[in-house]
Amino acid sequence: MNKEEKKGDGPGTLTKAAVALTALAVVVMIGWSQFRHAGTDSHNILDNRSPVKIEIGGPFTLTDHTGKKVSDSDYRGRSMLIFFGYTYCPDVCPTELSTIAEAMDLLGPAKASQIQPLFISVDPNRDTPEVLAEYVTQFHPSIVGLTGTDAEIAEVAKSFRTYYARAKGSEGDDDYTVDHSATTFLMGPNGQFETTFSYGTPPETMAKALEKFIDQNS
Amino acid sequence: MKKIIAATTAALLLGLTAPAFAGDITVENAWARASAKMARAGAAFLTIKNGGEADKLIGAKADVSKKTELHTHIKDGDVMKMRQVESIAVPANGMAMLQPGGDHVMFMGLTKQLNEGDMFPLTLVFEKAGEVKTHVKVGAAGAMGAMEGHMKH
Repeated sequence: MNKEEKKGDGPGTLTKAAVALTALAVVVMIGWSQFRHAGTDSHNILDNRSPVKIEIGGPFTLTDHTGKKVSDSDYRGRSMLIFFGYTYCPDVCPTELSTIAEAMDLLGPAKASQIQPLFISVDPNRDTPEVLAEYVTQFHPSIVGLTGTDAEIAEVAKSFRTYYARAKGSEGDDDYTVDHSATTFLMGPNGQFETTFSYGTPPETMAKALEKFIDQNS
Repeated sequence: MKKIIAATTAALLLGLTAPAFAGDITVENAWARASAKMARAGAAFLTIKNGGEADKLIGAKADVSKKTELHTHIKDGDVMKMRQVESIAVPANGMAMLQPGGDHVMFMGLTKQLNEGDMFPLTLVFEKAGEVKTHVKVGAAGAMGAMEGHMKH
């Protein structure tokens, strides 16, 4: 029996069939999800999450802006709202942090206390805890800035599938800028991935989605 | 040139928030966000109105940073890339908006902290209209527009 023949029958065919069926199921689920939400307004961000379980996030140990070592498990019981950025960032990061700040204010103190916004630096070289402390507190008292070693940051960014790299052309410069994913992640009270907010989501939309999530989980 | 000087002087006499103009170019609502004490970068946003032929913003000068450059953002998937640009087009009888998420004047290596409520001078250099001086109003760190300060309650 040669390889070609083997591929055509037995477990190979079954595997292929299983893969095809799974793929079909995924397509159907996505289609159903889109159909179900066709015509609904943009406020239903939580309903637009993919029906396929996506592995995003994972354990991390970093240093917060007060200099304290913290890990993801320290925030259990609250939902983490995670944004990656850097303090040297003059536009995208202040925009997203002010969106998060406004969403927190819109939630009101009781609901906001169930959300922990985290700003994880993708520029640990320049973002010391002191620099972060001064930066994040300008936006909202609830925002915690996190930094770490290059390896710690690389690991957490990888687990969140977050891309970052020094911008081309500015690598050798002290005033370099950093390209980075500008997506905000919502992780539930058990640390599980819930949804993302793309850059430019209005604070009202974010607040409504967070509120809905909090109501569903309490 | 005389017109430019007169215009600039008039703008200065009228108060710092008055639009600055040269020829057909008017610059309005220049603003920046407050910077943290240790921050090394900042950005200014503004509106350029053009009542004449097409022009280009080709440079900017300010004394708040080591370098003042023109930048834009390129959205690549969910990645935001900030890049220096040679010029920003100002269409004929149109306008160019320098706003968050797009084109901006970038201050690289801030030499002084930008505090909310501060004003600082900014000179914009246009290919045809030449230099236009304006003043940048510093808003809150999370400001999203020039009027932010007035709308907060």
